[in-house]
Amino acid sequence: MKAKQVIWSYSLGDRWRKWLNFFMLSCLFLLSVIAAVPFLFIIYYVFDKGVSAINWDFFTQLPKPPGEGGGGMSNALIGSAVVVGMASVVGIPWGMGMGVYLSEYKSTKTAKILRFVIDLLISAPSIVVGIFIYGLIVIRYGFSSYAGAAALLLIMLPVVARGTEEILKMIPNHIREAGLALGIPRWKVITRILIPSVLSMCVTVIMLAIARIAGETAPLLFTSLGNQYHIRSLSEPIATLPVQIYEFANTGFEQMEQQAWAGAMVLVFFVFFINFFTRLFLFFRKKDRVGFYSKMRK
Amino acid sequence: MKETKTLVKIQDLSASFFSIPVLKNIDLEIPIHKVVALIGPSGCGKSTFLRCLNRMHEEVSGAGIQGQVFLEGQNIYAPYIDPVLVRRKVGMVFQKPNPFPGLSIFDNVAVGLKLMGVKRKVLFERVENSLKQAALWDEVKDILKRQGTSLSGGQQQRLCIARTLAINPSVVLMDEPTSALDPISTARIEGLIRELKEKVTVIIVTHNMQQASRVSDKTAFLLSGELIEYGKTSQIFTNPSKGKTESYITGRFG
Repeated sequence: MKAKQVIWSYSLGDRWRKWLNFFMLSCLFLLSVIAAVPFLFIIYYVFDKGVSAINWDFFTQLPKPPGEGGGGMSNALIGSAVVVGMASVVGIPWGMGMGVYLSEYKSTKTAKILRFVIDLLISAPSIVVGIFIYGLIVIRYGFSSYAGAAALLLIMLPVVARGTEEILKMIPNHIREAGLALGIPRWKVITRILIPSVLSMCVTVIMLAIARIAGETAPLLFTSLGNQYHIRSLSEPIATLPVQIYEFANTGFEQMEQQAWAGAMVLVFFVFFINFFTRLFLFFRKKDRVGFYSKMRK
Repeated sequence: MKETKTLVKIQDLSASFFSIPVLKNIDLEIPIHKVVALIGPSGCGKSTFLRCLNRMHEEVSGAGIQGQVFLEGQNIYAPYIDPVLVRRKVGMVFQKPNPFPGLSIFDNVAVGLKLMGVKRKVLFERVENSLKQAALWDEVKDILKRQGTSLSGGQQQRLCIARTLAINPSVVLMDEPTSALDPISTARIEGLIRELKEKVTVIIVTHNMQQASRVSDKTAFLLSGELIEYGKTSQIFTNPSKGKTESYITGRFG
């Protein structure tokens, strides 16, 4: 048999196709890498500038006037925790409830309208949310933790609602039918079978929503304002980390700017750690997802 | 010939999707502790008929239904009847095995009981009994904590049967329970169905003529939403009285 009878040789078109494939793939790879570079740079830059001002005082002391030196941002750290915490306590169950409604009663007219409104709210600029709460609450009752939490709540709600909805929609319909056919009431099918089976994904959505509102600045400028001192009452202006960073960065004093860098670093790493621990949690949950009722078997 | 008691009595049952009729004036009596097979070509309304018997039909949007279904003398479509309670009396096994994701084998069977408020003390016993009835216990007794979805297809389907049996239904509806399974799993489930009729009444939809003749005592033939013929399986398959039935069974259409 002659060696020339090979039929699997490349034609010119095949070569061109392979080359084009390689070229396109390289483009996608390059674009992805280029997009990741600024992100890594932000982390490096913030760390580089901020780490020198990170010390025990930063977490425990109140800000000191310029020139005096030292001081910290404990008021803003506590303030952020309070405002974000208040928004989360209300926003997580509320948003998840909306998500359940949108997914499990999706063909109702209310759900369709609600979905449209929520999509609008998601895309609303956060400063508009701040101004809205300013007009609604601040004008009457003044700057307060409540107003700040309300603004963050408005940003958080649609994120949690849509996230929960999309997750629940991923559950195939025959799982719902299996539950219903067992004579389990619909609300128990939702709360005891559907949600537990996607709980880890719901946790991801919640964590991302918290991370999102923890870094919001614009809506807090109009609502919680800021405060040089520790929190005394929820109905007074309250310091928050993003706002304090914004204010300190604009003072022009080197010491304050240092503090702002340190605050930025704390904020970035807080969000980073939330993401990290969420993923860690998911990793371990996947490995050992023991059911919810097997505990009683001893 | 001895008289058998009727468990389910279907009277003038019609069902529709978005006002397109799917079932037309079905009258049928299901005897207790028997296996009744529903046969007919795809789209003839077998599954819809089945879903009318435990009020699952109404869970689909656009569903409409008229007529009465009596279970132990009680019309399950009476306005004061809660569909949830009907479904506890009339269990259902689906075409594709659908164990609850994220739940262990034990929990898959226990969840229905637990949500019905069964005491913890008796829970394990009832789960064990159900798994034994479904001929699955020996295979899973050491791996009860493993995910239900980790089992093979045939085991999953028996898990679904166990889950249904756990809540003590008087009727079990099976919608092509073996169409997604291999021949060996199919044979096991068929054997299981024959054993089950000691305790429950089984209504099974199947596309497999041999299966219908192997497992059922009575057979109903449906065609375009109408009940063509209903009688003893041996008679339907050897000496059907209607020409359409004979054509379908001998494979001339469908």
